[in-house]
Formats: sequence, structure tokens, C-alpha cells
Amino acid sequence: MIEFFLNGERQRVTVAPDTSVLELLRGPLGQRGTKEGCASGDCGACTVAIAEAETGDQPLEYRTANACITPAHQLQGCHLVTVEGLAHGNDLHPAQASMVACHGSQCGFCTPGFVMSLFTLHEDRRAHPGPPLDAERLESALGGNLCRCTGYRPIRDAALDMSRQPDHRPAWSEDPALDTAVHGLGRIPATDDLEPDTFLAVPTDLAALTRAMSAHPEARLVAGATDLWLETTQRLAPLNALIDLRQVKELRTIEETPDGWWIGAALTYRELEPLFARHYPALAHLLTRLGSAQIRHRGTLGGNIANASPIGDMPPALLALDAKLRLASESGIRELPLDAFFLEYKRTALQPGECIADVFLPRPEMLGSLSTRPDTLGSLSPRPEDAPGEATPTSPRVELRAWKLSKRREDDISTLLGVFRWQLENVPSGEIRLVNIRVAFGGMAAVPLRVPTVERILEGSAPDIDTFEAAKDALRNALTPMNDARGSAAYRLTAACNLLERWRLVVEGGEGSEGDPSDTTEEVMLHAYAH
Amino acid sequence: MRTLTKRVFGSRASATDRNAAPDLAREVERELGQTGEVGRLEGDEPIARDPVRPGAPKAKAPNRHTRQHESAIKHVTGRAEYIDDLPAPDDALHAIVGLSPVAHGRLERLDLEAVRRFPGVVDVITAADIPGHRDIGPVFPGDPMFAEATVSYVGQPLFAVAATSYQVARRAAQAAVIEIDPLPPRLDPVAAAEASEFVRPTHTQSRGDWSAALANAPHTLEATQFVGGQEHFYLEGQACLVVPSEDEGVTVYTSNQHPSETQKLVAEVLSIPFHAVTVENRRMGGGFGGKETQAAPWACMAALISRRTGREVKLRLPRADDTRATGKRHPFSNRYRLGFDDEGILLGADITVIGDCGHSPDLSEAVVDRAMFHADNAYSLGDARVVGHRARTHTASNTAFRGFGGPQGMMIIERAMDDIARHLGLDPLSVRKRNLYRSVQDGKPRNVTHYGQEVDQHPLMREILERLERSSDYWARREEITAFNRRSPVIKRGLALTPVKFGISFTAQHLNQAGALLHVYTDGSVMINHGGTEMGQGLHTKVCQVVARELGLDLVTVRISATRTDKVPNTSPTAASSGADLNGMAARDAASQIRERLYDFAAEHYQLDRGGMRLEGGELVTGVGNVTRRMPWGELIQAAYLGRVSLSATGFYSTPLIHYDRDTGQGRPFYYFAFGASVSEVRVDTLSGEYRVERVDILHDVGDSLNPAIDLGQVEGGFIQGMGWLTSEELKWNDDGRLMTDGPATYKIPTFGDLPPVFNVELLEGHPNSQASIYRSKAVGEPPFMLSMSVWSALRDALASLVDYRISPDLDTPATPERVLMAAEALKHAGDENASAQQRDVHP
Repeated sequence: MIEFFLNGERQRVTVAPDTSVLELLRGPLGQRGTKEGCASGDCGACTVAIAEAETGDQPLEYRTANACITPAHQLQGCHLVTVEGLAHGNDLHPAQASMVACHGSQCGFCTPGFVMSLFTLHEDRRAHPGPPLDAERLESALGGNLCRCTGYRPIRDAALDMSRQPDHRPAWSEDPALDTAVHGLGRIPATDDLEPDTFLAVPTDLAALTRAMSAHPEARLVAGATDLWLETTQRLAPLNALIDLRQVKELRTIEETPDGWWIGAALTYRELEPLFARHYPALAHLLTRLGSAQIRHRGTLGGNIANASPIGDMPPALLALDAKLRLASESGIRELPLDAFFLEYKRTALQPGECIADVFLPRPEMLGSLSTRPDTLGSLSPRPEDAPGEATPTSPRVELRAWKLSKRREDDISTLLGVFRWQLENVPSGEIRLVNIRVAFGGMAAVPLRVPTVERILEGSAPDIDTFEAAKDALRNALTPMNDARGSAAYRLTAACNLLERWRLVVEGGEGSEGDPSDTTEEVMLHAYAH
Repeated sequence: MRTLTKRVFGSRASATDRNAAPDLAREVERELGQTGEVGRLEGDEPIARDPVRPGAPKAKAPNRHTRQHESAIKHVTGRAEYIDDLPAPDDALHAIVGLSPVAHGRLERLDLEAVRRFPGVVDVITAADIPGHRDIGPVFPGDPMFAEATVSYVGQPLFAVAATSYQVARRAAQAAVIEIDPLPPRLDPVAAAEASEFVRPTHTQSRGDWSAALANAPHTLEATQFVGGQEHFYLEGQACLVVPSEDEGVTVYTSNQHPSETQKLVAEVLSIPFHAVTVENRRMGGGFGGKETQAAPWACMAALISRRTGREVKLRLPRADDTRATGKRHPFSNRYRLGFDDEGILLGADITVIGDCGHSPDLSEAVVDRAMFHADNAYSLGDARVVGHRARTHTASNTAFRGFGGPQGMMIIERAMDDIARHLGLDPLSVRKRNLYRSVQDGKPRNVTHYGQEVDQHPLMREILERLERSSDYWARREEITAFNRRSPVIKRGLALTPVKFGISFTAQHLNQAGALLHVYTDGSVMINHGGTEMGQGLHTKVCQVVARELGLDLVTVRISATRTDKVPNTSPTAASSGADLNGMAARDAASQIRERLYDFAAEHYQLDRGGMRLEGGELVTGVGNVTRRMPWGELIQAAYLGRVSLSATGFYSTPLIHYDRDTGQGRPFYYFAFGASVSEVRVDTLSGEYRVERVDILHDVGDSLNPAIDLGQVEGGFIQGMGWLTSEELKWNDDGRLMTDGPATYKIPTFGDLPPVFNVELLEGHPNSQASIYRSKAVGEPPFMLSMSVWSALRDALASLVDYRISPDLDTPATPERVLMAAEALKHAGDENASAQQRDVHP
């Protein structure tokens, strides 16, 4: 049985483990304002807002989620807000009033989802006032909602118009005790009323987790469910035995060390944004291209790795950063370089009873080559946020680029993803050499992988045309990508080689894409994709 | 000239700042600060145009034209009901369709015992269980409700299963044992055409001695082109709910653009009279043509199960099943041979279009006809022949989709305009303008299409182009972009202006009719019902506006109810952009009958002068000046009721003047043409194939707009949907004929970030329809879709810069980043070769 609040009303329902929030809403709860468009988390028609009670007395923060692929049991201890819960009598919430005023609905089927994305945007801006909405913020908030009718212009207007609407708040927001009541429910659902042939465990620490895994080898691990849930909605696989990772405290923390960070595997992409933004802008940018806000609010780093898809976005980037894993089981914890984790298509080094506990991300400054001399190459000096207040750089900056190619810029899966890491080193003869090279790709093989032959050619070589031409040849010889719905093998190989060319141009251009945007002759890629 | 202007961010970008990345937020804030409004309309026609003010009180005057969608508040509160939201009793059944996993083969065995035995299953049906018609082809036979001896595509229905829940039905369907002896699938429409594998006979239109014109032309070019199809991706998938009724009948609630046809097919399948079947639709969550014919099969299946079990049956296709089982926009393979003079003006044309129809005719006869009717787009072809083939392949039967073949036909001539320009070293816009329809040129009439229809408003088309040319600053931008491209090695920018001329009317003449039913109740409230369906396009809003305008009432007094076949019978599909044209006229007819009756009554009852009577502001007004007499509408209606005046009327309309002779390929198939033009600017990364549409300017003709806000929504939405068709929306089948892009994970329609940062959209004003359409408006559903061709042309323009505009690049659609990159690579390799390698100049 789960207990949660729906639009301010306390609910107590029994759900089977494979029930989605959408099925719960539209079925037993009779709330059919939330629509099913695809049942795969890709269209946003079922967008709802979920506030999860965290520790302490923090005010509830509302985040969008795709109800179609969110397990219902994860509502335990949450406040679920749907399109039915926004208007206060006849007074529309600004998210609704602006959509009416700006003609933001045509057929209206996607509208409840858009309204919920707008609602969370509005509430977030109420809680955290900031600069005016810009294109990036709007795209981030609304990129996971598809509309087939309007062409989005009126919806963009509606988003900008919200602040001008009368600030009517939902009726439930007037209940001062609501947040406390939600916090009071606790996050662990009762499972004694489940059907006999089903199983759900929601462990709260690693020991309990590994015990449950050992005792129930048939159970599937679930965290954000953004991929797992497609097995039931699309392939009708039974998911009647689950172990939920989202309350395991060890998996929900970032442990900072002098060398880097051990990131709990059950942390969501959204929760990683601040860390990435501070230390790895390339990864932060990559996150903006990963799924949608709805996905980033639920999906986890550990899930992206354990899923072992050849086109997952994080693994190539983590490979290029020499990430490693802590794998936990009842017999203890072992460390494994990420490089050794992906064995073959969808097969990993995880042993039965073992899960990913943490992912180690080294500090950028720890990636520097020891031979690098710190005296030159001012143009590659660290960014201010990396070395605040330091007048003199101590070493040439480690550069990282993660370039994702997909049919559509937003909410699309990689056709291919190339991640490149390098430093420039001055050798005594006065020439410049590439050092500290990592080249990793997704979408180019059955697993995400580094390409050592390419790395060897580049390592220690001058960043000139000959070097990169040799690297392209090596790449062509090393990889035979697949033909699929996202792209042909020929395109993947051509584009991958061209990414090496882009890399060369970035190195050649010094600041490259980070240069003054108005200096268009220096452009080597489109601003919308650059970082 | 009066213009309706929509302010859009950065719309006033000057020549000097247009390179800067538009700062959306700042632009918006500035706009807000200056005008206090966002995205509003400004008009200067005092009564007819009402500015939309976000947050402003509802407009007080009754007949202002810009009105919100009649369901807007229901949409945003989640109260608008779609089929799957309709309440059903606990014992309602949920049906799922078992689909063929094979594209082509002999159905050797269909063992459904395990399905029947699956716990929770109540009924299973196959072709053998159909009491009436087994073929439910909408126009021509060829669409079995369930495949019998042979299967013709992956996704073809084989059986249906009904169970106590949706999940049970889905799981049960998987238990079927299906054995199919596979035959080689035919997936290439060009090969099918070469083998004369057609679903309908080839049709030809020709005018003049095209052959001699080609032979004598100073220049000739030929080229081929593939234009991809498109999945409708209506957000609400195919769905219906069938309720068994007394006697032998059913009531069918269905997400459906063509209730009358579904009524007919359900009755024929059940072998019962049409009057035993009532079909109802309140609204659809999108249609776009995908629910014109292809919503009917599911209703037929659910109706059969409902009659067999006596229970309500809901049938909702899961997204992947929907995408596999239903047809799409036709992919086309087009070819042209053109002759032209040194100025680039067409002298003769020989155009062939091959529509990939899938396994059955469905609507393909008319779809390919429309492609042929639009192979000229806005240009006089000179002496021309246009040939249209309807190729049969082993895929789902391709069907109506916004534009209905027109977009695919236009693509070949738009390709040609670019190709001619590159061949002669001219700017594509110059070539386009020179070829626009005009009265005469060199003593020859240039205002008649290859199918014999005169283009009477051709000066308007030219005016639209020239106004847009100026307002978009085309030539200065052209110069600046060319200079940019010369110095930018990787990023290339492209610019293109393309026109649209789109013929309005069903090309099947009999469909150009509509009915309406209007009731006035004794409190004065008005209920209007008509044969059109609401799929988001605002038809119901417009029809309510028409009635309110005819009766001088506030819009809140007029309510519309669901479309039902027992209220207005024998209706046409809501399609061909004709919804408001036809149903608006029928509603107007009904309203004007009531009005005339009320005038007659009032003249007699109150002894008033009938001559000056009018209904306005909720009152009956007679006389002028100081002797004006006013009577509130409600009082008038009460008196009329007591006076035993009928307050109910049926309206009817049929479009005049249109005809087309398929034997000669000549006629006037269209009542009128709608026009528009767009300019798109793109920025392409020639290393990756990635691109962004950075600025779009549109000027579109809707005659006198019935509702500028709704029409703008259609123009913008149509443009973006068209852009998706030409860019990111890729249908990919594997070699076995299985659609690989069967859902939004792999099939990518435009999303929020694809909206061009600068998007200047204007409706042309001051140019009423030259024909007597409803209030001289023009249809708006389909024509703007093709404005998106400028995006594709701009991509080609950017690519052509790689070779100094000497080659017109091949760029099939959708122009995904993959296709753009491969085109760029081909150009780079062709860079030093013969500049005309891409197009053979076949003239000796």
C-alpha cells in the first residue's frame, strides 16, 4: 500500500509493482485529465508534477515526470499534482490562463502535459526568483513535451506570459500543514498487502539492498525507471518483482575526495547538474541534450551505466574521464574501471547479486599529464570557476568535448556520441604536442568504448592535419558501426571522422568554439550545439 | 493595404544585428515593456479584428473575430474529454488487434486457442466472424478488415481480442500462433511502377505540345527526387468506444474525421441498416488526415465485438501498433524533364510522380491526383505533361495527410526552380518570380494550369512574394550570406523564398457538400450542430462565430455539440481544408433561415417594417435613428415560440462551379486557390550535417480571416509540421518491410527548440477571397504546410555554397543531419569535377 497526496488530498491505495503513475491516475483514481500519448516517456502528454519529501523541513519542490513510466509505488510520501489540481475554483493558475490567452492549445491533447511543465516552471521561479526566462531555460523546461498542432510559438508566448497573469494559486497551496503532512508519510511503502506472486523491496541502506538482491535474484532493480519501464509498457514484460534503489542512502550521496567524487548511482541527472556545471561544463552541456526535463528528474547515472546501451549518453563521457565504479554485493565492494565494465552488447561485468553503488569522477586537475609544463599556452588557461582568483595557471587546461549527433537536438537518443579529452604540451623544440588523449564513442559499436588505436596516434603528436588524417584512418579501421533507425553505418563512420576534424579545428583555433560568437569566421560548429 | 501583424521576437532585426544570436528573453522583455503584450494581433479593421490581449477581460462585443478555442479552458484544466477518457461501465471490454508480423505472405495458420483461453479474454474475432462486408476499403475495395489468405504488410490486422482489461488483452494477443509462408515483399515504389504494380490506373494531364516545347527549348534539365512520407503522430492515437444499443444497433464514439463513412462501414460489416448505427465525435486529439479513412477499421472491430457480447467495447491502439497498422503520408519518387529559356522561364515540362501507396488504394487515387494538380505549385509550366502513378508496395496503405499529395507534388517543381537557377547562375528567387503565373508572356497566356484551370488571383501571388521579398530583406541578406559563406569554411548559411499556391475543394466533386442543424431553445440559447469534426483546427469555434454573427448574438449564447450522424447525415470527411468553407456555409444557411423566419414573424406580430430589420448585439433592431426599436433576443424567441414559429432549421451547402473530367485531365477542380510564401534562413554545420533554422518570415493569404488567432495557429502549426516532414521525421523500414521508426523514441517530430528563434508570421489582409466563400475567407488547414519547403530549399542553398553555387545538390527528404552531411560530402568530392555533374544538360 502506498500513501501520498494527490492535489492536496491524502490517498491510500494498493498497487501492483508494475503499475505506473499514469495507470493509477486514469484507472483507480479516475483522474483522466492526464493523457497517454506514447507510454514510452517520449511525448510528455502524461506530464505530472511530483514533490518528493526529502530530509528536513525543506519546502516541497515540484518536478515534472512522465507518469507513464514512473512506478506508482515511488509516489509513497510524495505530493502528486496533476492538471486537475491547479485551478482554484474558476480561477485558472497562470500556467493555464496564459495558455488560454495565448491560444496555446489546439487539439488540446498535449495541453495538460504542457500545463504541468509550465506549472513547475512557474512554481520554481516563484521559489527561486532569477533572471528573466531565456531560450535555454524554456527549452529545458518544455523540450520534453511534444505538440503536433501549434508549432510551439503560442506556447512560448504562454510561458513568457505567465508572470503577467493574476497569480492564482492552487487551493491546496493554502494548506499550511500540507508540506509537513507529506513529510510525515515516509518514503517506504507497506508491502504486506501485495499479491502473493509479486515482490517489492525498498531498502534504505546498502546492506539491506545487497541482502534483498541476494534473497531475490529474480527481482529487477529499479531507480528512475525511465528505461526499465518500457519493458512493461512496450514489450509487456512482467515487472512483478522489484527492488527499488531510490531510498538507499549510500546511493544517494556524493562523497568528495581530494582526487574527485564518488557519485551515488541513484542520484538523478538533475541532482548532478550543479557538480557538472561547476567542474565539467562539457558534461553539463551534455546533460541538456540527455532526454528531457521529465527524464532528467527521474533517470540516474547508475541506470545509464548499468543499462549498458551502446547509445547511452554518459558512458562515453565517463570513459574519457577514466571513471571507475564501486560494485556492491553481499560479499562486499569492489572497484572496477569503467573501461572494463562493458563486455558486449547489453552485457556487463556485473555479477549476480551485484549492483553499481558509486561512480568515481576524477577532478579535472587530477587528469593533467605529469609531463605537462605549466608555463605557456595562456589561451588554454583554466576558466575562472576552476581556479578562482588565481592569476597564473598552474598547468594547461585539460580539455574535454562531448559531441552528440542525433536527428533532433532535444529529447533524442544519440546516433553517435564522440568524447574527446586532451591537453597541449610544449616540447623543447617549441612545437606543440597533444597529450593525455582519450577518445571514446557511443553508437559506433555494440558497447560504448574507447578507441586505443586512435588515442595512440594522437598521443604525443603535433595537432596537425597529418596527425588527424592518420587518426581518421585508424578510426575507420577500428570501428564498424551499425545500421539502424537512427543512422546508417556509413553516416556514423563519416560523421565520427568529421568529429575528429572538428576537434582538430578546435585545437587549431585555440579558443575554438568558446571564442567570441560574433566572430563567425572562427566557427567550427553551431552555437546551439557548442559548449 | 492593411496588414495583420503579429509581433515576434526579433522581428525587426536590422541588417546589422542579424548575425547576433537572438537573445530571446531580452527581446521578449523589451516587447513586454514597450507594449505590455506578447504575441498579440494588431489589426486596423475596427469591427472585424479584435486584438488578443493575454490576461485581458474577454472581449465584450459579440462578433469580434479573434476568439479563443471553444474548448480552451477545458483543454487547460483537463476537463476536455477524448475517447479514452469517456466513462465506461466496469464490465466494458478492452479490445486489442493482432497484427501481421510479416510484410507479404500466405497465412498458413492462425491458431487463436491460447488467446481464447487466456484468463480474462471474453471474445476473439477473425474474418470468419464477420456477418457482412469483409472488405472495408473506403472508396475502392482492397482493405480486408482482417487478412485472410494473404498478408500484405507488417501491421495488417489478423484478429481482435477483447478482454476485461487493456493489459490482459495486450498480453493475450501475444499468445496467438501465427504461421505465414513468407513471399518476397515489394518495398520499392519505383520498381513497382516499372513492373506496372499499381493500386489504381495511371492518370495523365497534359496541355499543349510539351514534347515539341522540350525539344526546342534552349536549355533542358532532368532530375529525380525522393520525397519521404510522414507519420501523422496525432497525440491521441486511434481509439473508439462502442455501446450496443436497443434492437441491433450500436453507438460508436470514435476519434474520427469521417463519422458518416464509419457509420456506413460499421453497418455494412454488421449487415444492418445505416440508421442502426450512430457515430459521434466531440473532438480529436489531432487528426491531420490520419483519421479520415483509417479510424474506421477499429470501430468496425469494436462494433462487431460489442454486438457479439452485448457489452461496451473500447479499442485503443498502443502507439507502436497504431504506427505500424495505419498508413502515412505517401512517399513519392518524382522526376522532371524541363525546357527553359536563358532567363530560366519554363517552356515545357514533363513531370512524373510516383506515389508509394502501400498495399491498397485507400485514398491514393485522389492523393496522387492532388500531387499532379500541384506539380506546378505557383508556376506556369508552359506546355506540359504530368503523369501520376500509384505504386503498390507491401506497407500499410498510405492515406490522407495535410496537403494530401499536394506537398509531394510541389517538391519536384521547387527542386526544379533551384536547379534551373544554379544551371544558369541565377538566384533561385529570380527564377521563381519569372515563372509565377501571369496573364501573358511573349504573347502566350501564362495563367492557365496544365489541367486547364485559370489562376484568377495570380497578381495576388506576385504581390505576396514581392512584399515578403521586401519585408524579409531578402536581397541584402542574400549578399551578406554569400559573403559569410565565402569566408566560413565549416558553417554555411542558406536562404530561400518559396511560394505556395494550393487548390481548395475536394477533387472528388460529390464531397463538396455539407449540412448543419440549428436549434434555438425558448430561453434564446442556440445549439448548432454540423457535419464537420473538431481536431484542434478550431472549426467548431469558427462555426459558432458564423452562427453568432448571423444572429447578432454573443458567442456564449451559441453552443456546439458533438458531431453525430443522427443529427447531420451523409457528411463528408473533415478534410481538404474545407471544414469551415463547407460547414460554415451550411451553418450560415441554417441561421439565415431562422433569421428570416424571425423577421417574418416580427413583421407580422408587431406590425414592424421588415425592410430595415437586423439582428445585432443580442437584439432585433428595426428602423433607424430616433425611431429605432429594439427587442431583446430572448423576448423575441419566446414570442416566436408562442407564435408557433419553428425555431429549428437544417442548413445545406454545395460548392458551385467546380468540375473535373478525368478522361481529358482538364477542368476546374478547385473553387479557388490559397496563396502564401515563406523565407527561411538556415545555418548548417557541413562537418556534422547538423543545422538550425534561424529565421522564418511568412506571409499567408486567408482571404478575410474568420478568426485571425486560429488562422495564425494553423499557419504556424502547419509550417512547423511541414518542417518536420522535410527535416527530422524519418520513416525507416528494414529489408523485411518492418517499420523501424514506430514511436516517438525513433520518429522525431519537431520539438520546442526547433521553433525558429525569429518567426515573423503575417496574415495577408485586405484581399478577400475572389470567390463567394464564407465571408470571403479562405481555407487554412493545409496550405501553410507547404510553406516549409523554404527550409529544405535553404538547406540546399547552404550546401550549394560549398561549390560556389555551381551545383544544385541532391537532397532527398527528410533532410536529416545524415542526409545533409552525405550531401555535403558528395559536394566536397564533386567540388573539382564538372559543375553540371549533378544535372545532366540533356540538350545537345
